[in-house]
Amino acid sequence: MPDSDTLAFADRPTGSVGLVTPHVARFDTPLALACGKVLPAYELIYETYGTLNAERSNAVLICHALSGHHHAAGYHSEEDRKPGWWEAHIGPGKAIDTNRFFVVSLNNLGGCHGSTGPVSHNPETGRQWGPEFPMVTVSDWVASQARLADHLGIERWAAAVGGSLGGMQVMQWTMTYPERVANAVVIAATPRLSAQNIAFNEVARQAIRSDPEFFEGWYAEHDAVPKRGLKLARMVGHITYLSEDAMGSKFGRDLRSDDLNFGFDVEFQVESYLRYQGDTFSTAFDANTYLLMTKALDYFDPSATQGGDFAKALAPVQCPFLIVSFTTDWRFPPSRSRELVDALTRAGKSVSYANIDSPHGHDAFLLSEPRYDAIFSAFMNRAARELNLDELGIEETS
Amino acid sequence: MRADLELIYDWVPAGSHVLDLACGNGDLLESLARTKGVTGYGLEIDHDGINACVARGVSVIEHNLDDGLGSFCDNSYDQVIMTQALQALRRPDKMLDEMLRVAEEGIITFPNFAYWRHRIHLGLRGYMPVSKSLPHAWYDTPNIHLSTFNDFEHLCREKGLVIVDRAVGVGDHQGHWKSRLWPNLFGEIAIFRVRRR
Repeated sequence: MPDSDTLAFADRPTGSVGLVTPHVARFDTPLALACGKVLPAYELIYETYGTLNAERSNAVLICHALSGHHHAAGYHSEEDRKPGWWEAHIGPGKAIDTNRFFVVSLNNLGGCHGSTGPVSHNPETGRQWGPEFPMVTVSDWVASQARLADHLGIERWAAAVGGSLGGMQVMQWTMTYPERVANAVVIAATPRLSAQNIAFNEVARQAIRSDPEFFEGWYAEHDAVPKRGLKLARMVGHITYLSEDAMGSKFGRDLRSDDLNFGFDVEFQVESYLRYQGDTFSTAFDANTYLLMTKALDYFDPSATQGGDFAKALAPVQCPFLIVSFTTDWRFPPSRSRELVDALTRAGKSVSYANIDSPHGHDAFLLSEPRYDAIFSAFMNRAARELNLDELGIEETS
Repeated sequence: MRADLELIYDWVPAGSHVLDLACGNGDLLESLARTKGVTGYGLEIDHDGINACVARGVSVIEHNLDDGLGSFCDNSYDQVIMTQALQALRRPDKMLDEMLRVAEEGIITFPNFAYWRHRIHLGLRGYMPVSKSLPHAWYDTPNIHLSTFNDFEHLCREKGLVIVDRAVGVGDHQGHWKSRLWPNLFGEIAIFRVRRR
């Protein structure tokens, strides 16, 4: 019996890509990483939605954020309660319309959901990689994604799309492989982290590293999981993903019971919520991956080799950009998106920018909001028109 | 295209790099890009306008003009265009300075408050004018700094700007002989091309 809040599969809202199955691609050509180490071989897990056209010109790459993975849309089974993380924007009739586009979404290197990462085995030692998995950067991810594109026979993406850390990968694509990206969508991102952003990441890392169950990253060999650290890291992260208003309207100062008990147990609803989010995350996510991904965020700064000048770094860009920010996002506020917009205009590149009014903070990029949906769709529809994707008559996949 | 935009179209040299302040749905920028190879950006605050621009591939940036043009570098454009927005700005004079900082030349259009119909409305009937160029009632108008041909020329003189060209729009026509002779009386829309000295 499905539990009571499980929607019968047939009753789910339309506009979903439906049931999906992940694929694994194996790469045996060594990949030289920015940190100086070499990954001799690796696997990437990915999902696709829609149909690749004969010209292979309708593929859209979805880049994931910090704790994301390959499952961006649809359901893995009929019992799945939750769809992929970007269900709001991928599917028939949605902004990334699978009637028109062929969507590719992967789990990045260093991830913990099927791509080679700290939980995989190091072929040289036979041990789990654990803390010895090499540090990966946004440009390493983009290089590995380019190989996935080659593997799928995709020479040029109709669009590269991503939110937050995903948006940084999109920026990197347009600089490293400008001729391979026809359009770029960067949502709720920044061209480089602020000191405050890095500080939050460091608190998260310290929470994990100081957990007695961390064992310098070798927790798996000790049959341990640094759950407390991961939980704290996620709690801190979660606070930065929501806006003050969103938290206020969701929880206010509501108490779990009528009386104050003058102790340190959970009393406020918001405490209970954060502990729940932290607990769930700590059993589903790998600590070493979390450390790696936050470091990749911190390191990202394409202007570093250009004396801090983003416009210079963006000189190779060829494609039009859509940049979207959200008014209540304080993790990467609108002003950070605007830095990227200004760098693109200084570099004379094609760019459009919208700042969407939303109460949901950074998390707004995952949600549906009429104005956000409309501008995202307008950009993707124009892209499809210019790439002549409308006339292909791809049959509905739903 | 709107009459004032058609006239402006001829004033923009082929291949130039422009900034269109309050670009609306991107009509002007699109036709300039298509037929004259003009590049550049539109700034807009209206959501529908921004969407229309994105849908047709015009580069548009959501931006409130009252925040100034601080994020645009000196002399980074050939021309800055602002149609029908001067009157809605908090400080039109400061915007004029900003426009001629980022470009050597600016094109500006605004409703002429001294248009004879407006004068009749106010002078004879005693009501704030409502017309095609000033379509709002006094209480809900975004137009907070109404001015005339004479006022604008006076401001340009004060700022030491050169008026390169001046034209008038009347209804859907432009450049009627009377309005050329007496633009402050017969011009409904004031159209100026100004330069730094």
